[in-house]
Amino acid sequence: MKMMSGAAMVVQTLNDLGVKHVFGYPGGAVLDIYDALLGQDQVEHVLVRHEQAAAHMADGYARSTGITGTVLVTSGPGATNTLTGIATAYMDSIPMVVLSGQVPSQHIGEDAFQETDMVGCSRPIVKHSFLVKRAVDIPKAIAQAYYIANTGRPGPVVVDLPKDIVNVTESHPYEFPADVTMRSYNPVLKGHNKQIRKAVASMVKAKRPVLYVGGGAITAEAQGKVTELAELLGCPVTCTLMGLGAFSGVHEQFVGMLGMHGTVEANKTMHNADCIVALGARFDDRVTNNVEKFCPHADIIHVDIDPASISKTVNAHIPVVGSIDVVVGQILEELAHESLQSQTEKLSEWWTQIKEWRTQNCLDFDQSSQVIKPQKVIEALYQHTNGDAFVSSDVGQHQMFAALYYPFAKPRRWINSGGLGTMGFGLPAAMGVQFAHPESTSVVVTGDGSIQMNIQELSTCLQYNLPIKVILLNNRALGMVRQWQDMIYKGRHSNSYVEAMPDFVKLVEAYGHVGIKVDHLDELDDAMARCFAEKEKLVFMDIAVDQDEHVYPMQIKYGAMDDMRLSKTERT
Amino acid sequence: MKRIISVLMENAPGALSRIVGVFSQRGYNVDSLCVAETDDPSLSRLTIATQGDNKVIEQIIKQMNKLIDVLKVTELTEAAHVERELVLVKVVANSEASRSEIIRNVDIFRAKILDVSAVNYTIELTGASEKLDAFITTLGNSSSIVESARTGVCGLARGERALTP
Ligand SMILES: Cc1ncc(C[n+]2csc(CCOP(=O)(O)OP(=O)(O)O)c2C)c(N)n1
Ligand SMILES: [Mg+2]
Repeated sequence: MKMMSGAAMVVQTLNDLGVKHVFGYPGGAVLDIYDALLGQDQVEHVLVRHEQAAAHMADGYARSTGITGTVLVTSGPGATNTLTGIATAYMDSIPMVVLSGQVPSQHIGEDAFQETDMVGCSRPIVKHSFLVKRAVDIPKAIAQAYYIANTGRPGPVVVDLPKDIVNVTESHPYEFPADVTMRSYNPVLKGHNKQIRKAVASMVKAKRPVLYVGGGAITAEAQGKVTELAELLGCPVTCTLMGLGAFSGVHEQFVGMLGMHGTVEANKTMHNADCIVALGARFDDRVTNNVEKFCPHADIIHVDIDPASISKTVNAHIPVVGSIDVVVGQILEELAHESLQSQTEKLSEWWTQIKEWRTQNCLDFDQSSQVIKPQKVIEALYQHTNGDAFVSSDVGQHQMFAALYYPFAKPRRWINSGGLGTMGFGLPAAMGVQFAHPESTSVVVTGDGSIQMNIQELSTCLQYNLPIKVILLNNRALGMVRQWQDMIYKGRHSNSYVEAMPDFVKLVEAYGHVGIKVDHLDELDDAMARCFAEKEKLVFMDIAVDQDEHVYPMQIKYGAMDDMRLSKTERT
Repeated sequence: MKRIISVLMENAPGALSRIVGVFSQRGYNVDSLCVAETDDPSLSRLTIATQGDNKVIEQIIKQMNKLIDVLKVTELTEAAHVERELVLVKVVANSEASRSEIIRNVDIFRAKILDVSAVNYTIELTGASEKLDAFITTLGNSSSIVESARTGVCGLARGERALTP
């Protein structure tokens, strides 16, 4: 058996697990591990500028690939700085492993220098956590952490490593664990046959069915099967903010995103449906609006790998626990026994209705405006990237504009913090994407508020030559906050505008990148062309957009799914 | 309505705090909680008394099941079961009259006097929680209670049903 230090074991285990990138930042408690990272080339360490960003990078890396993202930080402030990133990953079920240093075992509990109870601090926002007590337990703990993070409903896992067990001067036998399974953890992948039959019966009977597809379909790589099911049933499909790309945004059966800022046709389709097939979605409050008024006519089939997500907010009539890919496969098999020739005819009335809703063109905006409309920028972005970029986003109006005006034809292309809504997520996430896909275009759509929450990472971008394209929809305001203040607080703009904007072009130039400022509509197209022609460098486009624009449609609070404002003056 | 949930989990560090965390994090009540190692020392058995309608209890059970350390969860109050709780009560027993009144109640409730001092009696009673409540009320009516400690409910299903790994 090979003898090595605890620190070397950490690196060796990562290597044996096939981990290629670690996003991290050193400090006292992890110096031994950093020492072990030197002089090996299997695991590339990416030095960030803030630990929160390390977590978001690992997260973007994971979202764009399905591969677990890895973070390495020191104890105390290094560890606590990752908490927002961990919570972000937790809310969106993203596989991530955070290796945190800890003070030496004998000092735990003494309020030692840079001691925080990381396992305790992170407890409500992790899928699981380990405090490793002995060096020989390191390989198993880390291997189990990766196993837990990326099976069942994925999520972040923390592995806390006291400094004494990773000491480089002591040697221990290293053994990569042959088996990481646990008697207490057995995620169910296959749906119950009886439930599958019930679900299929309901789908076949339905005259107004809809597929409601969430992030779980992306996690399960189920896009192929979901598309097959949709085409077989010939029914409309809507995706959640997290599910965009799980079904092609340019497919004719796609009715758009649903929910608070969903399209009229998506929300009306849901509200009027007689059968809702929820695939890896969780009936979140940003989707359902008032649950009391939620989709009164529908039989609800809810497929999810997490039993706790089923009937949590909205009662499911036919619950099916399992992986979306596997369960939809079972549904397709079962459907093969049914004669479905009549689907087109059966749903023709339904489609006539949906097409009428579509004619409202709820995403229309003022095309004649000389002030640059944010929607216009996203449309231009779509054209200049052929609709095929990885688009990460921050949080605010710009996020909703990107989600609504950039249709995603493929999964894992739309990277955003849906559940936690973390400003500052976008830039580091786009960096993680770029590390995972060095040859692809990685764009971040951001706001003047959000970008300043992790702007220091421009320095990391320079160090690793990341040619990210930053599209700043600069409305000189915390636009989403301002929109709510316009609508609910009679336009009283308390602290939602930013009086001291930096000169972003100068700022990014100071960081060694290219900055382009766009103030007028007629410059937009050329500027974008220049931006995307630049293949080697990071380009930051500071685009002055209409400060008074709102995101519409928008559900009206306490209403049903389809109670929406359509503009500043109209509603459904 | 009182609901009793029984949990079988790994006897691992941090497991209990995760269970308690689910309750505080999701806003569920814990009326009592009783936990110890089982006959198999690698496992712990935990009994939680809580309140809630069916939807809440279903969520509690699902959220518990989601914890990596948890092997099995069941609601005892859903079917026939036995439940027991133990209480220790220290009462003032400083006169002949009070002492005989206490002893009379101890007899009626089949409790046991564990400790006697010049001024106090310490009494043990095991039974269903309601019986303990009744005993404490009765004792309190005739003498003054110095302190008391209850274990919380612990229970098992009747018959062949069992929570095993
Ligand atoms: C870390 C964090 N703090 C606060 C919020 C609340 N919030 C949501 S959107 C928003 C404004 C975002 O402004 P900006 O990034 O400029 O985007 P815009 O809405 O203007 O497009 C704020 C403050 C948040 N989501 N995240
Ligand atoms: Mg803004």
